[in-house]
Amino acid sequence: MTGEAAVTTREVEARFWQRLHEWIVTVDHKRLGVMYVLYALLFLLIGGSEALLIRLQLVAPHNTLLAPQTFNRLFTLHGTTMVFFVGMPLIFGFANYLVPLMIGARDMAFPRLNAFSFWMSAFAGLLLYFSFLGAEGLYGAGSAPDVGWFAYAPLTSRAFSRGHSTDYWILSIFLSGVGSIGTAVNIITTVLSRRCPGMTLGKLPLLCWFYVVDSVLVLVGVPPLAAAQLMLLADRFLGAHFFDTQAGGSAVLWQHFFWIFGHPEVYILMIPGWAFASEIIPVFSRKAIFGYPVLVGAVIAIGFVSLSVWAHHMFAVGMSMTANTFFMVATLLVGIPTGIKIFNWIGTMWGGKIRLATPMLFCIAFIGQFLIAGLTGIMLAAVPFNWQLTDSTFVVAHFHFMLVGSLLFTVFAAFYYWFPKVTGRMLDEKLGKLHFWLFLVGFHLTFTVMHIPGLLGMPRRIYTYEPGRGWETLNLVITIGAFFQAAGVACFLVNLVRSLHKGKLAGPDPWDAWTLEWSTSSPPPEYNFAVVPTVRSRRPLWDLKHPEDPDWVYE
Amino acid sequence: MGDAPANIFAAVSAPASRTSELSLFVLAVTGAIFFVVFGLTIVAVVRFRRRDTDDGREPPQVYGSNQLETAWTVVPVLIVLVLALTTARVIQSIQGVTRPANAIDVIVIGHQWWWELRYPGLGIVTANELHVPVSDPLAPTPTWLTLLSADVAHSFWVPRLAGKTDLIPNRVNHMWIAPTAPGVYVGQCAEYCGTQHAKMLLRVYVHPRDEFERWAQAQRQGDPQVPSELDAVVAGRRVFESNACINCHSVAGTVGNGRYGPDLTHLMSRATLAAGAAPLSPETLRAWIRDPNGIKPGAHMPAMKLTEQQIDQLVQFLLTLH
Ligand code: HEC
Ligand SMILES: [Cu+2]
Ligand SMILES: [Cu+2]
Repeated sequence: MTGEAAVTTREVEARFWQRLHEWIVTVDHKRLGVMYVLYALLFLLIGGSEALLIRLQLVAPHNTLLAPQTFNRLFTLHGTTMVFFVGMPLIFGFANYLVPLMIGARDMAFPRLNAFSFWMSAFAGLLLYFSFLGAEGLYGAGSAPDVGWFAYAPLTSRAFSRGHSTDYWILSIFLSGVGSIGTAVNIITTVLSRRCPGMTLGKLPLLCWFYVVDSVLVLVGVPPLAAAQLMLLADRFLGAHFFDTQAGGSAVLWQHFFWIFGHPEVYILMIPGWAFASEIIPVFSRKAIFGYPVLVGAVIAIGFVSLSVWAHHMFAVGMSMTANTFFMVATLLVGIPTGIKIFNWIGTMWGGKIRLATPMLFCIAFIGQFLIAGLTGIMLAAVPFNWQLTDSTFVVAHFHFMLVGSLLFTVFAAFYYWFPKVTGRMLDEKLGKLHFWLFLVGFHLTFTVMHIPGLLGMPRRIYTYEPGRGWETLNLVITIGAFFQAAGVACFLVNLVRSLHKGKLAGPDPWDAWTLEWSTSSPPPEYNFAVVPTVRSRRPLWDLKHPEDPDWVYE
Repeated sequence: MGDAPANIFAAVSAPASRTSELSLFVLAVTGAIFFVVFGLTIVAVVRFRRRDTDDGREPPQVYGSNQLETAWTVVPVLIVLVLALTTARVIQSIQGVTRPANAIDVIVIGHQWWWELRYPGLGIVTANELHVPVSDPLAPTPTWLTLLSADVAHSFWVPRLAGKTDLIPNRVNHMWIAPTAPGVYVGQCAEYCGTQHAKMLLRVYVHPRDEFERWAQAQRQGDPQVPSELDAVVAGRRVFESNACINCHSVAGTVGNGRYGPDLTHLMSRATLAAGAAPLSPETLRAWIRDPNGIKPGAHMPAMKLTEQQIDQLVQFLLTLH
């Protein structure tokens, strides 16, 4: 009896190690996709907890919950984590999983590069947090970086940032950049060379188009950042003077480098959000996407223009009138293709039969919030208005409308939409709706309200503030909102874990959708498709389901 | 604006008021866009949501419309054109102004975490609290700020007077203000500059012309009126002069000529201590000298480990620096 039990435990153990080993050495795009997403969720919890602490400190004026330096470390880690170790792995995770399936391919073009990129990004995240242990350095001044996520020079120089926390920050971002570049190359190559027969570029699912543009932006935007990190490292260790103002270096140069990356980065994070919306809105409106070629054109246009707007983050550094005017006009131009996209989504819903399931709810909220983010973006482009708004809580509200109100909302939509494909089980609708409403209310309590203290003169990144400036009540409300959002995320996580075992069985095509990933089983087999599919239109499954009225007649 | 003393729309000075007009215009335009587009979204969702009575058939498929696409491209182009032209004009009206001959010059130097203020034309050096004259719109006497930094990047922001301009080391920036109403206007450093970025506050006192002249007269460098009959004051001065205070601080008429910390010659003419970290009073002064980090953790002034008696004497001396 005991012998038997011992054998089974050993067997279970052996199976566990074997499965772990399989996941670690995998080069399968689906497993890597899932690993990216799980890794992002882990960091989402970390970055989210940091945000909650930040909000608790700001709940009342002259609060002493956190020491100034602790607060500064928290917002630095929060920003760095959310951009590089939540946003990027999330979008790459979804790309990894979906792009090959949607183009009828069996894997990415370079499976091993794919695994390499994932592990680079994963180690980069660990390196950032290893700073807590390793940064002490000679001065005992270490711990986590406290230079802000855009780390303006010369605050990052040896003179102002002792210990090694800034070095960990530099290295971790540099490494994550290596991973991003690898994945971008992989996505572009995959889409260009692995499409199934019949899938011309004009029949490519919008999601894949958007990811190609996204990856091109990664290739253009990330190398300058990596270069800047190396220059900074040279300043700190080799006595170079790129950004060392005391030796004639330029603080503004760092800002240019950073934002030449930073502005495209905003779009790198946001384009996949548009991609999810452009797949989900048609299916839940039961209509083909409105203006497919225009949407592709719009996103390419945004990609181009987004390369020439970086200095709108720098209107207050004292640029010339000409430069200010140029960057103002370029930034306003982004508004045009952005507007076009919103109208096309509304055009898709118009005349449809809208199913208000959880993925669609998140998409509808996304449209409203993305609209607001765009409009506050126009305000920020109006240079004199920007001189008031930049570096205030208004700007923080603006980009959280982009990254939370737009990107995270569409990511949630994507979770509810594709979870059945990945796991074979549906996420629970009731919990999903609870998640949606809690998060929606929390989001607006926090970020809609956060615009106002900025208009009343409250700068960002202050660990405390004076009473009597009209900011107290607003900050209290903002903090309350943060906890609503946390409750929403809790619902989401419970839903993920519960549905994994208890969810309704999904079947291959639970949403009655139209793209290729829904033509294979859920979860798909390792080889994705037993027979490589052939397509004749943008909606191969529509053609299959409606042989009397197929799409290719019209396209 | 008793409620919100740093409201950007409660402008009392030329750059801020021009900005505020532009901002309201941009808000109106974007507000209108919001109502139209958000309204359309809501209408679409409500009108085209699937009813319980749905027959299960797919709706008619529409793939696009060139007329519509053209319409919703042209309209944004026109809006962008209007916004760009309006904004360019306001940029010109703020950045394109040349310095009038009768402007008051002030050099503002950002330090971690306080403001050094120098009036080269008037021979005044002070800190954290800027005093400027009212500028009559008919005969403007604007204040011309030259912005420098001694260490890292900072940003000068007093919302009711003007938008921000950064103070960047190894770079010279300029901005101007032309306040039209006397009063005290608050603001603070708006570019993250390290540990005490939050306690790098600014106060700007706008005086009627004659009051400003009187202030400037009183501030001109010179012997502080030290009533030497008081033993404690004499002793305090001795403590000040025989400690490292003098390496970091200047007090005209003493051997103290350091420039690392704020000039203390007219310390008591200020309302706040250490860039707004505390109100200025004998008690806060005492606490500050005993342990600056107790009031402003991270501040670049050391606790000098003086005896309580020495601190008392020092404070007596500092209190005479009007
Ligand atoms: C190492 C340089 C240094 C030394 C030594 C030093 N201070 Fe300071 N002191 C500073 C700095 C820097 C500040 C500004 C701190 C801030 O606002 O962040 C300051 C601020 C002050 C202030 C407030 C000034 C204001 O305008 O609000 C007073 C008063 C003061 N010091 C007095 C003294 C006295 C008295 C001594 C000697 C016992 C002394 N300091 C020694 C650097 C120094
Ligand atoms: Cu930008
Ligand atoms: Cu500062």
